[in-house]
Amino acid sequence: MDMVTTNNRQWEKYQKEIADDRYYYARSCIRQTFFPGSEWAFIDILRNKLGKDIFDDPKHTTCTGIGYHSDVVPFQTTMTVVARHFALMTEAGYANITPSCITSFGIYTEILHAWEEHPELLERVREDLYKATKREFDVPKNLAHTSDVIYKFRNQIAMQMVHPLVDVHTGKPLRVVDHIGCHYAKMFPSKGVGGAEFPAVLSGMVDAWGGECIDYPERRHCCGFGFRNYLVQANRGYSVANSMKKLESMEPYEPDFIVTNCPGCGMFLDKWQYTISEMSGKTYGKNGYGIPVLTYEEMAGLVLGYNPWDLGLQMHQVAVEPLLDKMGIDYDPEKKYCDADGKLISLPKCPTFLKQ
Amino acid sequence: MGRIIDILNQDTHFCDGLNSCMNCGVCTAVCPAAEFYNYDPRVIVDTVQRGDESEIEELLKSNTIWYCGECMSCKPRCPRGNTPGEVIMALRKASIETGLFVESEKGRQQFAIKRAIADSVLGVGYCVSPDIAVPEKHPEQGPVWEWICANKEQVYERVHANYDGNGAGALRHVDEASLNELKEIFKVTGGTAFMESIEQCSKEKAAALGMDIEEYLHETYTFNSGGDGYGNNE
Repeated sequence: MDMVTTNNRQWEKYQKEIADDRYYYARSCIRQTFFPGSEWAFIDILRNKLGKDIFDDPKHTTCTGIGYHSDVVPFQTTMTVVARHFALMTEAGYANITPSCITSFGIYTEILHAWEEHPELLERVREDLYKATKREFDVPKNLAHTSDVIYKFRNQIAMQMVHPLVDVHTGKPLRVVDHIGCHYAKMFPSKGVGGAEFPAVLSGMVDAWGGECIDYPERRHCCGFGFRNYLVQANRGYSVANSMKKLESMEPYEPDFIVTNCPGCGMFLDKWQYTISEMSGKTYGKNGYGIPVLTYEEMAGLVLGYNPWDLGLQMHQVAVEPLLDKMGIDYDPEKKYCDADGKLISLPKCPTFLKQ
Repeated sequence: MGRIIDILNQDTHFCDGLNSCMNCGVCTAVCPAAEFYNYDPRVIVDTVQRGDESEIEELLKSNTIWYCGECMSCKPRCPRGNTPGEVIMALRKASIETGLFVESEKGRQQFAIKRAIADSVLGVGYCVSPDIAVPEKHPEQGPVWEWICANKEQVYERVHANYDGNGAGALRHVDEASLNELKEIFKVTGGTAFMESIEQCSKEKAAALGMDIEEYLHETYTFNSGGDGYGNNE
């Protein structure tokens, strides 16, 4: 067997099945709060750029994930809330579910695994859901995180590319740091593209769209959310310290931007750059700027030519303009803080050190 | 077998998370909590594995079990297939079920988390919302978040969200029927009882400490003595 075949066989272990159409969409508490433009862009790309069927259900709720991993919601409750999502999916005539959150994805994966290992748990959940809501459900045929779906169609997106991940001034690929988030593949490595060891879901997009992913020492380290370690103000030192460990580790590689899988990780790597700058004066980008942090939907949206302010990039604390300039994107800086009618809302205050 | 060990043995996380630890310490080496706290998941797993009821009871009363961030970075690294993070989840649940969580500073924080997150789940249908992550409690979020919160309707409309609206879309108002289903699920599955036990134990502890409940809530959200996790202050 030649080396290429052997490597391909090895790599097969790190692939996963991703449904190619008809998705039931599960929104994210954090993504819809901090990156609502990303959720809009995901649906818009699927429907209008890729011609896919995706159902956005008003009856969907949280999976309770943050409560579950901060130990105020028991497993039986979380499983039954997720079972209700499966019931809504079943009733709407869908069999593939795509959550927009890594915490949710980890929980859905854990639950499906638990039901396989302990079938009695599934039976009890069926009983509890019926008792509480009179609903019944099918277990989904396919579970894919929303980034898995974009990864699957990365080459179709590349064919519609308006702005590749290339510095228009030098012609060189943009240097990108990816962060796939702990619960994407550390708990169940076979359920994530590339597993926990070879993060490929985001770097696959970066490669397909002309950029270059940087492998740096703390690439796999947690962003520092740590659930209760952020939720409680007294514990936030843990959170900022872990983000700082990553930022310090990536800084020497001079990344043009960070792309994140998990909405929480994206929010922390963005906001903690502000906090660190206020605490110590330190900024991680060039000329007093930070390192811009994008969600993969925002990255896909920019590549496809979406207006940055439609994507919600004005909601980031770290200014994205240096990146937009490198990509040669024609944006209107005057419209950054405007409402839907193009009227200026007001201007946010400026940080002490971080350029905005 | 002791009472606490019986509770642990009924917990799926405990049964799945602990096979046979050989004390190699890889979990501690990769642990983000061990990096910044005086915290050692290897020692916890070793203590639990020994099965000494009184040692486990001490753990349930201590700060130690509350440092883990549940990132599960330990899971793919353990050569024996253990997950210290899952053992921690089981210990925390047992600490709440036995009421021992109020004995430690970090354990008492469950009250602040219950009031913020669990109440949000049943109140608005999501763990987090722009109405809960208010800048006064989140100064670290910075001036852009402050700007968003001060202009929620306009900013969210600009980025195609359906803030507090009916129908589909990001941040829509979750209808009463769906919220009632969530509440029923919490009742039927023990979620409500679990949350009420956090409330009840916290109220009793607040009274014992001579605090009213709002003062206690503020204390559990903000106070950090810098303790080392073993009952000592550094």
